[in-house]
Amino acid sequence: MVSPILELKNINKSFGHVHANKDINLTINKGTIHGIIGENGAGKSTLMSIVFGLYQANSGTIKINGKEINLRSPKDSIVNGIGMVHQHFMLVENFTVLENIILGFEGELVFGKNLEKAKKDLKNLCDTYKLNIDLNSTISDLSVGFRQRVEILKSLYRGAEILILDEPTGVLTPQEVDELFKILRSLNEEGKTIVLITHKLIEIMDLTSEVSVMRQGEMVGHTKTEDTNKEQLAEMMVGRSVLLRLDKTEANTGDVVFKVEDLTVKDDLDVTRVKNVNLEIRAGEILGLAGVTGNGQTELLEALSGIRKVESGEVYLDGKKVSDSQNFLDPRELKEQGLAHVPEDRQRMGLVTDFKAYENLIFGYHDQQPFSKSSILNHTDIISHSKKIMEEYDVRPQSPNLITSNFSGGNQQKIILSRELNEKPKVLLVGQPTRGVDIGAIEFIHQRLIDMRDKGAAILLVSVELDEVLSLSDRIVVMFDGKIVGEKENTNVTDRELGLLMAGVV
Amino acid sequence: MATVDKSRVPWWVSNLIVPLVNLILALFVSGLFIFIAGENPYEAVRLIIYGSFGYIEGFAYTLYYTTNFIFTGLAFAVAFHCRLFNIGGEGQAYIGGLGVFLVAINFSFLPVPIVWLLAVGGAVIFGAAWAFIPAYLQATRGSHVVITTIMFNFIAASLMVFLLVDVIRDTTQMGPHTVALPEEQWFPSFEDFAGIFGIKIRYSPLNISFLLAIAASFFVWFLVWKTRWGYEMRAVGHNTQAAIYAGISPYKNIIIAMCISGGLAGLLGVNEILGVHHKIVAGFPAGYGFTGIAVALMGRNHPIGIFPAAFLFGILYQGGSEVTFDMPNITRYMFVAVQGVIILFSGALENLFRPQIENFFVNRLNLKAKA
Repeated sequence: MVSPILELKNINKSFGHVHANKDINLTINKGTIHGIIGENGAGKSTLMSIVFGLYQANSGTIKINGKEINLRSPKDSIVNGIGMVHQHFMLVENFTVLENIILGFEGELVFGKNLEKAKKDLKNLCDTYKLNIDLNSTISDLSVGFRQRVEILKSLYRGAEILILDEPTGVLTPQEVDELFKILRSLNEEGKTIVLITHKLIEIMDLTSEVSVMRQGEMVGHTKTEDTNKEQLAEMMVGRSVLLRLDKTEANTGDVVFKVEDLTVKDDLDVTRVKNVNLEIRAGEILGLAGVTGNGQTELLEALSGIRKVESGEVYLDGKKVSDSQNFLDPRELKEQGLAHVPEDRQRMGLVTDFKAYENLIFGYHDQQPFSKSSILNHTDIISHSKKIMEEYDVRPQSPNLITSNFSGGNQQKIILSRELNEKPKVLLVGQPTRGVDIGAIEFIHQRLIDMRDKGAAILLVSVELDEVLSLSDRIVVMFDGKIVGEKENTNVTDRELGLLMAGVV
Repeated sequence: MATVDKSRVPWWVSNLIVPLVNLILALFVSGLFIFIAGENPYEAVRLIIYGSFGYIEGFAYTLYYTTNFIFTGLAFAVAFHCRLFNIGGEGQAYIGGLGVFLVAINFSFLPVPIVWLLAVGGAVIFGAAWAFIPAYLQATRGSHVVITTIMFNFIAASLMVFLLVDVIRDTTQMGPHTVALPEEQWFPSFEDFAGIFGIKIRYSPLNISFLLAIAASFFVWFLVWKTRWGYEMRAVGHNTQAAIYAGISPYKNIIIAMCISGGLAGLLGVNEILGVHHKIVAGFPAGYGFTGIAVALMGRNHPIGIFPAAFLFGILYQGGSEVTFDMPNITRYMFVAVQGVIILFSGALENLFRPQIENFFVNRLNLKAKA
């Protein structure tokens, strides 16, 4: 009964001298849900892009249903029954669902007969798999979860037998994830083969029947999901055993050092994104701010760090008012007052990627002693300082003269973190500290944040990773639609409870 | 996919080999032009080299052109480090010249060295002021400097024609130019220096402004890489969002970068007015401001690169005029085309062969490392 639908043999792919896939062998059986797990940069997406025809392998063969085929473009893959749902959706926002699905497959100059047929087919598909999509709604009106369903429907309509999903849950709430998994299971029951690419162990355990693990461009293991467990998979992913839960002691809290009162903030388009938010953070505690991306967290962090203007309300640091709608300190003045900020998007905001590492290691502190004296940069001190903190924070490679874009994501994040933590801030604002960072570095970064807390810093942690918020925070607040919709002490809180709050259900 | 990990490429490959290959290709294509025009390319090269190096006055001319290209090249480079495309060097140089003249003529009662210092200051301030307006509009209104600076070139040209015809014209003469500055204010020329050593040479426009150009190169290097201002300018240029995050004001830095840029362009006026014409003549910037863009791009916006690039254009200017003199089929415009080809290959097509060349060297080095 078990017959392979997709077979990869000795697939190799290099980008320049970076060997992204090394001699990959993979067999995916018909009718299974097959998970491919690995850290960021392990080569999962590259491999699947080869299967989908986006890249061509340097060597190796691909067989579908036992027949060797040559995939030159996504069109070849679609014809051979492969569909892919990308991490970033490929939809035209101002088109309707129907228009998006038939795009490129319209089949006629003036819509008529074919369009009607397409509509009927799509309705049938929606009913069979309980997708529950209105074909006439415009994409921009749909939530992220529904947009993803449109992508799935698009693949099905084009005859996909194998459906590849690349990190599908990254942008979803826990409830949306449940819905997605339901859909995937029903697809599976109808005989479709599903390939799930993820770096989240829990999804593998929940959904898949078989799993393959990738590490640094190599396939390091295949197993049936029922024969393994999270710890074992994690070990295979990073090549050593990792601590999944952090050891952390009870918080030893002091006075309130950071206080936000009735804060309202607008974005660049003049839309109110933060609505009457109140927060208090004590010395020596981590306040976790959970929420689905785009519910005002970004604007909140920007306002608190002095980048964005406050519309109304007040912010106090150490009992002193630092911003309201009339007067506010700029980011540099706030830094001098002891507020450090690790921004959410390291490449857009936290770093100048074209700068050398040492230039980024003083970024924002470059006008302070001993880095600059009467406006002249003191390179000797900057370099020795850089070497010291690169060693302390284990930034690899330890070369201050290397251009920052040549460091991996995790090491770029360490550059920012070391720069901000090194100043021993009273208040630390951290946005998505481990986004796109591999497991080994996550562990390190988390431990550093706990250390800062134990040294008495007040930390605001903004993250869309619930696991992260749960394992680090002492208290948790949830943000939805610009408002704080719930606050919990972090004892016996479940991700279910938070998920409901994040979705704005309660 | 021909992508190369940049960290593995030795610096001399991307900074020496690649520009050199581009240059050779440009010269090859230029040779084809000359061949099609019915002259011998080999002979033309010989004439260029003779014209620019073969005799002392020719070489002096080469260095004189180099001086101007250094000023305008540095001007473009400074703004470019803040990602501002200042193509208004022409107008800033023109107005800078006005500054030189006004200062020199109005302070002629002061000792000469002080007048020189003040005149250099006048050039910088006038050039910077002319760049300030587009900079201000860019910083506050987002009016793109490419548009505004090129318009300011035309405004400067019209303004200067107006001044030279109606306001500060030498009324005893017919041409659109001012009276000459007192002779003691003229910059010592190369002839004068040669004279001290008892060497008699004919006229050339080379003067001590060349030393000023070298000093300006050091200044730019120091400013951009060794000071906080340069650091902040580069941060704004590479990633404005990040600069704001670090408390660096894009507004302030756009204005500073443009004013320094304009000031450097203004220095061209020092060379032309104190060193060569000793008065303002209409249209004295003569395209140096635009060629400076190519010089900066070819020199990778670094003073160490700008110097050889400016020298190369100096050779082409001087050697080119020699060629047009000796070869009837080659007109002046032919050499404008040659410059165009060089700009094309070292600017727009800069990355044409870069991946292949870098790959070649990285592979070779890898092989060597394995062996």
